[in-house]
Amino acid sequence: MRGRRRQWTDCGRGDGVSDDSIIIVGAGQAGGCAAAALRDAGYTGRITLIGKEVHFPYERPPLSKGVLSGDVALDTVFLRNSDWYESSRIEVRLGTGIADIDRGQKRVIAENGETFFYGKLLLTTGARARKLALPGSANSEIIYLRGIDDAFLLQDRLRPGRKVAIIGAGFIGLEIAATAIKLGCDVEIFAVAPGPLGRVMPDEIANILVRKHADNGVRFRFRATVSTVDRQGSRILLRLADGESTEADVVIAGIGAVPNDELASRAGLDVSNGIVVDEFGRTSDPAIFAAGDVTRHYNPLLKQQIRLEAWQNAQNQAIAVANVMVGGKLPFAEVPWLWSDQFDMNLQIAGHPADWDELVWRGEPEDKQSMIFQLMGGIPVGAIAINNARDMRFARQLIARAKAVEPRLLADKAYKLQQLCS
Amino acid sequence: MTETKTQRWTSVAQKSQIEPGTILGLKIEDRDIAVYIVDGAVYAAANICTHAHAYMSDGWLEGDILECPLHGGRFEAKTGRGMGAPIICDLKLYPVRVEGDDIQIDLS
Repeated sequence: MRGRRRQWTDCGRGDGVSDDSIIIVGAGQAGGCAAAALRDAGYTGRITLIGKEVHFPYERPPLSKGVLSGDVALDTVFLRNSDWYESSRIEVRLGTGIADIDRGQKRVIAENGETFFYGKLLLTTGARARKLALPGSANSEIIYLRGIDDAFLLQDRLRPGRKVAIIGAGFIGLEIAATAIKLGCDVEIFAVAPGPLGRVMPDEIANILVRKHADNGVRFRFRATVSTVDRQGSRILLRLADGESTEADVVIAGIGAVPNDELASRAGLDVSNGIVVDEFGRTSDPAIFAAGDVTRHYNPLLKQQIRLEAWQNAQNQAIAVANVMVGGKLPFAEVPWLWSDQFDMNLQIAGHPADWDELVWRGEPEDKQSMIFQLMGGIPVGAIAINNARDMRFARQLIARAKAVEPRLLADKAYKLQQLCS
Repeated sequence: MTETKTQRWTSVAQKSQIEPGTILGLKIEDRDIAVYIVDGAVYAAANICTHAHAYMSDGWLEGDILECPLHGGRFEAKTGRGMGAPIICDLKLYPVRVEGDDIQIDLS
């Protein structure tokens, strides 16, 4: 019997050592969803949710859209109101970074020295914005959008007429661009890549995106590398590798996310650009699980390890892994799916194909609602929908089925996708 | 409904207009309303998902479950009760009465 001093709050349980407590490190969307899922699964043991951020668990997608523009109230991003945690007997410790995991003693040690003992540990430490490695004071001039505080800082800077330079043409860059235009800014996007969205994307879709942005006044410079960012009086000067330079009032960078896997790595868990877990969220330690942006997880449908930075993953993987932690037997097996709202366009992407040998448009590319399928050997491996959320559901099912489909049936809108799914 | 509440019944659609398994989306006096039939009975709910701005009428009605097309949030069609993540707020249902083929809802 280990004699252990424990942190107790008044949660109605008796004193004493217990091995059935669950600690969740990382109080973002995955951590919050996991905590709720544990209670929904009937788990009555102790749950402690510990997070570095000072906010209760929230969803990030609105931060580049409605919250940034001011159209959406901040309180809508929170997974639950703060009273819910107390009434669900979930102890929440915000503003508390965890420095180490002591796997031998099954405890986590906070940066402030506090220790928390666990029966099982769930790591949902998420990811942080990747920073540009630029000389000088560049990073004090560049704004990165990851959390609520970033969103309000940025919102304050996006005033009508302000000249905004965005480095990166991924989802963050494009969504911030759309919001900045909405707020009356002048927007130019600089990207090292030849086109938008870092992932492999059919040219047709890339062109539709660029056109949508350009029609709304966004200027693009692709194949442009920013070499320095310096304050110049009241403005900021950006110099590009090709010698050109430009001035801006606000500089934002959205160049990807880095998984916060250092805690796991230091503890000796398998890590490889994310905490390595199987389809049940299990790490290389049987008492430790992980879910969300921080994981490099096995997807049984794709038959590969992937790391996703997406709302669906943060929510659904967290729920699945929470259930596994309390005895559930089901793996997390979903076709990756994400959405992005830019101007009046809702873009949805399903699947995670590195390659495809055939593209099939459903209807015409110029249709208001369109969808394109990516096929490999006749099997749908990906689908991209524009203003066509409704069909996405069936597209995901088709991808999950992993069976060949006649292209003409995909192409013909008169033929319901639902029929192909049975 | 209590007796003291002032009701305001408004005709919104014909029952024969609504195919089983489909959701009719309407705008009535600035409100977005979804009308649908489950087990022969007519229901009217708020048409905007409680999670994000999406029309339930663009989504699905399967049996007695409504599903939002945007992120898959689900509600019990007969009660509006949210059925788990990402839904934390139930969908508002309006009182309905059917006179012949005429569907009326109480907008009070």
